[in-house]
Amino acid sequence: MADMMTAGGHVRLGSNAGQGLTRRDGVLKVTGGAGYAADCRPEGLLHAVTASAGIARGRVTHLDVAAAEAHPGVVKVYTHANALPLALSPDNKIHPFVWRMDALQSDEVRYAGQPIALVVAHSLEAATEGARLLAPQYDAQPARVTLDDAEPYETDTTAFGRPSGHSSGDIEAARAAADSHLTTTVETPSQYHNPLEPHAITAQWHGDQLEIDTPNQAIGLAKQTIAAFLGIDPSQILLRSPFLGGGFGAKAIVFGAQFLTILAARDLGQPVKMVLRRDQMYGPVGHRAPTRQTLQLDLDAEGHILALEHDTITTTSTFDQFLESASNASHSVYATSALRTEHHARRADIGTPGPMRAPGEASGSAALEIAMDVAAEARGMDPLAFRRLNYAKIDPSTGLAFSSKALEECYAKAAEAFGWEGRPLAPRQMREGRLLKGWGMGTAQFPCPMFQAAAHATLRADGSAVIETSAADMGQGAWTALAQIAADGLGIDVDKVEFRSGRSDLPDAGVAGGSGHTATAGNALFNAGADAVRQMVDLATNDPASPLFGAGNLGVTARGGRLHRNDDDRSESYEDILARAGLELLRGEGKASREGTPERAMFSHGGVFAEVLVDPDLGQIRVSRLIGAFAAGRIINPRLARSQLLGGMIWGIGFALHEEALHDARTGRFVNNDFAGYHVPVNADVPMIEAMTVHEDDPFVNALGIKGVGEIGVTGTVGAIANAVWHATGIRPARFPIHPESLI
Amino acid sequence: MTFNLNLTINGTAQQIALDDPRVTLLDVLRERVGLTGTKKGCDRGQCGACTVLIDGQRMNACLALALSYDGAEITTIEGLAKGETLHPVQAAFVAHDGFQCGYCTPGQIMSAVGLIAEGEAGLDPERVREGMSGNLCRCAAYAGITEAVLEATREMSAQEGTSA
Ligand code: FES
Ligand code: FES
Repeated sequence: MADMMTAGGHVRLGSNAGQGLTRRDGVLKVTGGAGYAADCRPEGLLHAVTASAGIARGRVTHLDVAAAEAHPGVVKVYTHANALPLALSPDNKIHPFVWRMDALQSDEVRYAGQPIALVVAHSLEAATEGARLLAPQYDAQPARVTLDDAEPYETDTTAFGRPSGHSSGDIEAARAAADSHLTTTVETPSQYHNPLEPHAITAQWHGDQLEIDTPNQAIGLAKQTIAAFLGIDPSQILLRSPFLGGGFGAKAIVFGAQFLTILAARDLGQPVKMVLRRDQMYGPVGHRAPTRQTLQLDLDAEGHILALEHDTITTTSTFDQFLESASNASHSVYATSALRTEHHARRADIGTPGPMRAPGEASGSAALEIAMDVAAEARGMDPLAFRRLNYAKIDPSTGLAFSSKALEECYAKAAEAFGWEGRPLAPRQMREGRLLKGWGMGTAQFPCPMFQAAAHATLRADGSAVIETSAADMGQGAWTALAQIAADGLGIDVDKVEFRSGRSDLPDAGVAGGSGHTATAGNALFNAGADAVRQMVDLATNDPASPLFGAGNLGVTARGGRLHRNDDDRSESYEDILARAGLELLRGEGKASREGTPERAMFSHGGVFAEVLVDPDLGQIRVSRLIGAFAAGRIINPRLARSQLLGGMIWGIGFALHEEALHDARTGRFVNNDFAGYHVPVNADVPMIEAMTVHEDDPFVNALGIKGVGEIGVTGTVGAIANAVWHATGIRPARFPIHPESLI
Repeated sequence: MTFNLNLTINGTAQQIALDDPRVTLLDVLRERVGLTGTKKGCDRGQCGACTVLIDGQRMNACLALALSYDGAEITTIEGLAKGETLHPVQAAFVAHDGFQCGYCTPGQIMSAVGLIAEGEAGLDPERVREGMSGNLCRCAAYAGITEAVLEATREMSAQEGTSA
């Protein structure tokens, strides 16, 4: 392991990584200089606006194309009647992470918000008015948009191709041996990612070369996907995505309107820009599907969990599958001798769901943590003591040991900071003025996947370097954290590193998702740097003119832009080594992935503690304090990691109290597809919040010991808030968001 | 028909020939003048990403019909820094990590500049949070935003103190 930690032996993580640097793209972002896709204004730009279906199921019978085309400034209207063909049908499923799309392939409407036309015009105003003038008419069928209306079907997979069920241990025997049996049912609603930047694309063709600016979380995969559907070679595409105005999973997918824009640009021979309106982000770009979850915990007399069963019913679209794998959140958090989880799928007339920040884990953790609180209450135990009693020393679903797990330290640190001790067991015991006060907690857990990434690191004659990989920075801080890791790989100061990223003509950095981007792209960059250094060490130690001559390959350490002998204090600068070798550049290459079947269970963990104040007359809920402590392996940049963790926790507030997309049951249309109706937390909703980290060395997750911090904050938090609401009011929330009227 | 619109944008008087009366101030800035720092998050006055100062007041540019602001003085995110020197609010946003993706940031910063000028919130964190709540941040950088606004408020009153 020691060798892996110093990949190559010459370089070490730690001079740059671990520092709480401010963002390298910070000045650009505070001056308006950071360019997002919708900011592009190439010469001759046309504007495109899609028209969206106002029904959820049926057919488009009429579009007033003549009226739209007659509107001054409108250049062309594309509908299913004159749709430009793709090389592959947009209904093809070419990859598990490529969603079936709507690109005007027929007059059929499969969900509300589906694009049914694209209007291209000389101005945004003309395109917008043109789209309105289409005044679509429909042959509408009754819409099925809720869990209850949706049609059950059989499937043996859930999200990401995982099995839809799991069973380990003898659940019936465990149940028979148990002393009490506690059933909890929790419902979660449809939620929409709502990155603040709407999905956008600017497409332009130069001959057969396609240039697109569009925010994307998986630049390499997006390029391949777009090439496949256009029937062109990936090398003909340049996709730029230097800054994403938030993604949260919604920008991991390629969607139909992007193709409509690309095709229109080719057809019209001019650049075209298309930006979704906020309301149009409800439907074609994914969401978190609703769930109805039932958990049964079977306990012995002391409160040990003998059996844990978690069952989820959820919806997907009628034409593709992505299932919110909520039950899987119960696989690895608490000890149990028997475990059974299931997912049941239903089809509804909705856009296909997709991964939304902590997909599965967020919804599942919310329900699991309520069920745990119900059990603690039934046993007359403090909720934290109950969780400690059922602390998982191994992963109960696989029997594997954890690669690292500083959860107890997280519990202790957060509980202490919160002041948990002395919390009354019974609800409705605490008040602040006339408000009811309650305390609740939850366990946070999120897996540590690795994807595949490649990177280049090139040292230059002046001792600076350029590093290259197509990372996606959607706010997590890739521009900064990855440069810190790469600088350590190169043994130079981060200020000397030029980072080329966010575009498709660079080595593939994999997906910014699953909280695995820093680990994956970071290891690839580190390895690339170490490879360059290794080559330089060879040059120097074999060159009689170098003070390093004869030190031997392993007798040299790289640091601060110099190679140092380990046996005495002589050293030489990179500049001198390269100059004597007559090299302008020295390029290293690196890759990262996780090979083979893991022999450890790999997760980040945390403990989250919430205080709420509830108005006893109005039921109004305020989260007055929220404190979490997290163990997430090596923290590359504490400042940015804190922001990620806080962001996740605030998403937890939104999940618990605010977010819920509602459909009109009759038409299937959304009734609240805007920020006035779909509420997300605002600044005033977040009075006192803190996220701390707990040190954790993990030699198993990857060579650098990096886990991830992007999503774990949502888990644990939702349940902690719900449990605090119970503690304040004595009413156990059964659905999210928790509505004031359910408390009075 | 062409409409003449006179705006002073970031201190420079501009005459803009508008071929369309429907254009919002936000789209004038972004699509016609080329100042794309100001962002569009909703186009409905619900997110604050488009916040600019109009005659010193913070406003949602997406709700402002451009032609009705003929003669107005507009300050956008591009007009805050003095050369390389960041405005205290900008500097504080960087220092306190008051953003992640950066998309709401121009609006947050303009809103903060407006809020500080209004002088209603002062150094009371609760009033700062309330006063900044018209600006959504989906990345939820709220803790950093509040810290940044408070620090910039202190910094600016100290500067005023020294220059007075
Ligand atoms: S874009 Fe103006 S308030 Fe959202
Ligand atoms: S920084 Fe991303 S929305 Fe605020």
